[in-house]
Amino acid sequence: MGVGIQVENLNAWYGKSQALHDINLKVEANHATALIGPSGCGKSTFIRCLNRMHETSPEASVKGKVKIGDLDAYNGTSPTQLRRRIGMVFQKANPFPTMSIYDNVAAGLKLNGYNSKKHLDDIVERSLQSSALWEEVKDSVHKKSGASLSGGQQQRLCIARALAVEPEVLLMDEPCSALDPISTGKIEELIFQLKEQYTIVIVTHNMQQAARVAEFTGFFLLGRMIEYDKTEKIFTNPSDKRTEDYITGRFG
Amino acid sequence: MASLRGAVPDSTSSTAQPRVLEISWRRRIADYVATGFAVLTVVLVLAPLVAIFGYLVYKGVGSINWAFLTKTPMPPGEVGGGMANAVAGSVLILAIASLLGVPLGIGAGIYLAEYGRNRFGDSIRFVSDVLNGVPSIVIGIVAYAIVVLRQKHFSALAGGVALAIMMVPTITRTTEEMLLLVPNVLREAAYGLGVPRWRTTLSIVLRTATSGIITGIMLAFARVAGETAPLLFTAFGNQYWNWRLDQPTAALPLQIFTYAISPYDDWHRQAWAGALVLIILIVSSVAAVRYVVRRGTLGGTA
Amino acid sequence: MRTRFQQGLDELRQKLLRMGGLAEQAVDRACQAYIDRDLNRCQMVLEGETQINVSEREIDELAFDLLAMQQPMAVDLRFILAVTKINADLERVGDQAVNIAERVIDMVSLPAVELPVDIARMSAAVSAMVRRSLESFIEAKAELAQAVLEMDNVVDRMRDEAFIMLVKAMNDRPEVTRQALDALLVARNLERVADHATNIAEDVIFWVRGADVRHNVPQEENGPQPVQRAATETR
Repeated sequence: MGVGIQVENLNAWYGKSQALHDINLKVEANHATALIGPSGCGKSTFIRCLNRMHETSPEASVKGKVKIGDLDAYNGTSPTQLRRRIGMVFQKANPFPTMSIYDNVAAGLKLNGYNSKKHLDDIVERSLQSSALWEEVKDSVHKKSGASLSGGQQQRLCIARALAVEPEVLLMDEPCSALDPISTGKIEELIFQLKEQYTIVIVTHNMQQAARVAEFTGFFLLGRMIEYDKTEKIFTNPSDKRTEDYITGRFG
Repeated sequence: MASLRGAVPDSTSSTAQPRVLEISWRRRIADYVATGFAVLTVVLVLAPLVAIFGYLVYKGVGSINWAFLTKTPMPPGEVGGGMANAVAGSVLILAIASLLGVPLGIGAGIYLAEYGRNRFGDSIRFVSDVLNGVPSIVIGIVAYAIVVLRQKHFSALAGGVALAIMMVPTITRTTEEMLLLVPNVLREAAYGLGVPRWRTTLSIVLRTATSGIITGIMLAFARVAGETAPLLFTAFGNQYWNWRLDQPTAALPLQIFTYAISPYDDWHRQAWAGALVLIILIVSSVAAVRYVVRRGTLGGTA
Repeated sequence: MRTRFQQGLDELRQKLLRMGGLAEQAVDRACQAYIDRDLNRCQMVLEGETQINVSEREIDELAFDLLAMQQPMAVDLRFILAVTKINADLERVGDQAVNIAERVIDMVSLPAVELPVDIARMSAAVSAMVRRSLESFIEAKAELAQAVLEMDNVVDRMRDEAFIMLVKAMNDRPEVTRQALDALLVARNLERVADHATNIAEDVIFWVRGADVRHNVPQEENGPQPVQRAATETR
């Protein structure tokens, strides 16, 4: 089951330059929340602060509070422990090229010391089914390398890999921006089904996609969150003029 | 009826040139000249290589026979004998050098790539580059000082140490560069799964860069396999078989050197054969490793 | 940004205003024809009907095109939807003008009689409603639209009065029944035009009020919120 995320007064920097200013946000459990905004507005930085990936950038710093369910992300746990409860899917599909499909999906488990073969078999199959890839690759999970699949399949492989560790939250950073419409459609379908078990936060450039998959939408601009509301409201009658200007294409 | 589908410019432009792309004869000539020049330079570069190899084959192939490959040298002046012990000695010394140099080089490369993006890392790189440029005979002297003087005799170990010192900078450099080539998104994918940094470096990054690193190791290996100067006062050479680490050992380059400057014709003949054998051994070991590595990688793009 | 889209929106606006002008003109002509018993004017109204129908189709096509090709959001989306609805109302206004003209043609073939109903006053009020609703669209002012909603009650009362007076007249003087019926039908047509003008005003409020920066949009006050429902249904 997914958990809610509570963000309080989050500020983030790259060296001296501040990327996020006082973000306050509550992400609903078992719902999909979309984050939209022009390039450089901080939405990617924001989700990377949720699973402490922001810290891996050189000279990055964070201040504020992030609670994943009951867990304090910055004070209650180590980054690696935290990231095992939060899955992440990136903009460009990044399967491990030297590993087979099976090994890719199992990577999160095997690399953390979990080795029971029978269990892994089950988990791999379940994850690939959850990401709607099982039927297409079930005969070649051990033989084909992760990088030999098509773009859309690779991204679904990355989703399976993220799901295999059974996270509670799934973060997706523009997962479909490099994919064709059919693959995009499949993944959007997937997000719709995954909502029941996970909490999903998806960063997207594509407003129509946000409107299609997310119940809640947040609009970011220049490192601040301008408006956060139900998706219908944002796209039919937003409260803030800046939001309206962005979604009607008057800027950005 | 107004249509918003963008205005398609109609083809009534005044500059109606024929759309077939015409290349002027001047450009075609320039193209041929440049191509010819490129081919010529390749030929010029390959020619010495081919010439050397050809000459070696010509001079040496006749002398490679079973006796050559299995017998030890005869006393000076006598005809016959072989370089079997030198071949064995080279294998021993190179094994020692690899055992010492490869882990050290890879370790240093990993450190520099993953943790060394700072002033300290820069100074290590600098030292490595300097070490790379030190004349091989000086390295031999260093190995002499730290191993031979300590042990009070020449040894295969000393020879291995000298060659290891020469291997390390190349392996370090290549390892670092290959690791840096691994796209950062792979590291991020692993971090995102909650894999700790050290595990990511070993299991993901290193694995991805494996073929490049092996190439680097092969480069270093091929380079030191033919070095003579560092072995002059470390391994020193030996007329007989030796498998002990703490005794002087024969080595192919050393033997070739000794024979080549000797006044005996038979030894000159054997020197050619030895040189040819050395080249063949280096080339085949590199090829063998590449073959094994390629077999090991999975089907599909790696 | 999005110049082609902006041009599309401007063109839509222009077309709708032109159609509004045609509809307003048709009603005015028809009413004037009644007052002056002018068959020529009736003819003009009947002939003008084609242009109104063509205009309605053009506007719908353009709106459809913009929706399909430009993915409008928020205020732009509300604007286009409001335009399509106003478009339909204007076309019906045109139809009502034609109905009035047909009544006048019938009436002119009969002798003129005094009737206790002031069609002129009613038609003035109705014309004013149509004009003001179109003004509220041009100015994008919800207050002007609000005023139109209030005038509807006045016109409804006028129609009810006309009904009572004309029925009484038909009872008292059966020989004027046909003319009275014509007048009654004209009154009814005018009242329908007023209803359409009210619809137009409601559509304008829907389009404009959504753009208000306040958080609390007045709930279900005027007209439905069909856009929100549509958004949920697509999921």
